[in-house]
Amino acid sequence: MNAFVADEALTPAGPDASGEPEVLLRVDNVSLAFGGVKAITDISFDIRKGEIRAIIGPNGAGKTSMLNVINGFYHPQEGTITWRGKVRRKMKPYEAASQGIARTFQNVALFKGMTTLDNIMSGRTLKMHRNFFWQVLWRGPAEREEIEHRKRVEDIIDFLEIQAIRKTPVGRLPYGLQKRVELGRALAMEPELLLLDEPMAGMNLEEKEDMSRFIIDVNQEFGTTIALIEHDMGVVMDLSDRVVVLDYGKKIADGPPEEVQASQAVIDAYLGVSH
Amino acid sequence: MFYREAGQFKTSYKADQALFPILQDRIGIAVILIIAFAVIPAFANDFFLTSIMIPFLVFALAAIGLNILTGYCGQLSLGTGAFMGVGAYAAYKLTSIFPDANVIVMVLVSGVFSAAIGAVFGLPSLRIKGLYLAVTTLAAQFFLEWCFIRIPWLYNYNASGAIEVPRREMFGFIVTGAEALPITRYFVVLCITAGIAFLMANVLRGRIGRSWMMIRDMDIAAELMGVRPLRTKLMAFAVSSYICGVAGAMMVFFWLNAAEPSSYSIRLSFQILFMVILGGLGSLGGAFMGAAFIWILPVLLKFVPGLLGIDIAAETVEHATFMIVGALIIFFLIVEPHGFARLWQIAKQKLRVWPFPY
Repeated sequence: MNAFVADEALTPAGPDASGEPEVLLRVDNVSLAFGGVKAITDISFDIRKGEIRAIIGPNGAGKTSMLNVINGFYHPQEGTITWRGKVRRKMKPYEAASQGIARTFQNVALFKGMTTLDNIMSGRTLKMHRNFFWQVLWRGPAEREEIEHRKRVEDIIDFLEIQAIRKTPVGRLPYGLQKRVELGRALAMEPELLLLDEPMAGMNLEEKEDMSRFIIDVNQEFGTTIALIEHDMGVVMDLSDRVVVLDYGKKIADGPPEEVQASQAVIDAYLGVSH
Repeated sequence: MFYREAGQFKTSYKADQALFPILQDRIGIAVILIIAFAVIPAFANDFFLTSIMIPFLVFALAAIGLNILTGYCGQLSLGTGAFMGVGAYAAYKLTSIFPDANVIVMVLVSGVFSAAIGAVFGLPSLRIKGLYLAVTTLAAQFFLEWCFIRIPWLYNYNASGAIEVPRREMFGFIVTGAEALPITRYFVVLCITAGIAFLMANVLRGRIGRSWMMIRDMDIAAELMGVRPLRTKLMAFAVSSYICGVAGAMMVFFWLNAAEPSSYSIRLSFQILFMVILGGLGSLGGAFMGAAFIWILPVLLKFVPGLLGIDIAAETVEHATFMIVGALIIFFLIVEPHGFARLWQIAKQKLRVWPFPY
């Protein structure tokens, strides 16, 4: 396995000779434990560039922990993560962010005291560089930079159709819109890999349809690779290119939606087995 | 009806993200500035300037400083008084080491020392949050106060243990020392406070201000958006302490003329904190309103019995003032826990829709 990783590191971007799609992120034999509780045991899978990858599983299967490992909140005790062909060292979340990994949260984690506009602008933080001195002066470089990024943010606001709530503090917005603003904030980072933790939780059918459309658009128009956790199986099967199924911290299936749907292990995990 | 932005269309992002995008606000701020720079100097007497306006502006600046840290970055601090003291002692040492230097420059430079010390005491903020952080800043308060008493070098080995402001001139005007005219001091304090408030408004609407608010609202998500928590928090501590330091230096140089270590005690920290909470966390305008309420109201209340022709002892008036102000604080916090800044927002909304209820 290690030899394979080393080979990968030498391969430049783009599909390799065998015609296999480029792997953006590879998780190899990752295990994560909190004291005696094993959240993730020996999981390996990969996320290919440009695909929509779903991670599903019953509650407590370790899906969110997996995302936390990918964006640097948790540090796995064992295993390696290979990002764009390079084995990743232990890193902080802000380093993962600067490498192009963005994410939304299961329970909305917006900046409640700020407006929709400011929340999405906050996604541009890493791309803005004017220092304190220029910020104090405002006129000149700092203002130009702000306007330049404001344009990009307005594009995202148009894309998500949230023009009307631009200046509304997000704390006052209904849940469905908050989820949408959170997606906008992640998009403002122009990520290469977008991790969505239950983007449709608690939504009604119409909101789910909207959100699904946004996810597909993001994937196809911007070419963003997406890894999503979702419990709505209809959505997962329709949206995703490949699905990985976790149960009790172990991987029980991996493959295209139809294949996973037919897998006996998955059916057992979801419906239970009689002993 | 009176405050309606209808018809004020913005055609550029520059205009949309201006400090005061609405015409009525621009008129309002212009009126306030005219009153502060022209009307008050023209009509106010010395008592009004020295006992009301100068301390009000000094406290407003300190409240802005604490508001940056507590209101915008969400880091609770009880060390404000001590950081102000650092500014005061630094300015005092600087003026005695460089007697010929411009005193206003010295006051502004003294903030750098309190910024450095503030950043050091901000280090625990990476691990400690909320009330627990307040307790660690309390350590700064006690330690620095101890320094002001026990390190005689800080007060030039005075027998009294107090710092006394030397006489300094600038462009032929006496700006500090006992002979300085209240009107001169008032202008200096007004310019510094208004200037720093304006510059901070700039910082707060840009990337740095946003990253402070991101840390305040949801630090985990902030980290994920690429904000480095330690750097951002320490910056908030440094900027906040700089402003508090300048306010502390102004307090002794342009208002009190002399200060003892006890001038910068925990009492001062609490006073500033109350101004920030009452004015509204996370609002620059609120800092001014809070300072006005805590400082100006008691002074004015003392004149009420005289104006009404009631003859009561001065001490009784003093006690009554304490009680009335205390009751008003409770009243306002029940009416609007988010402070005067929020009340002002609600009032603006009412003015917008008047005469209709919504």
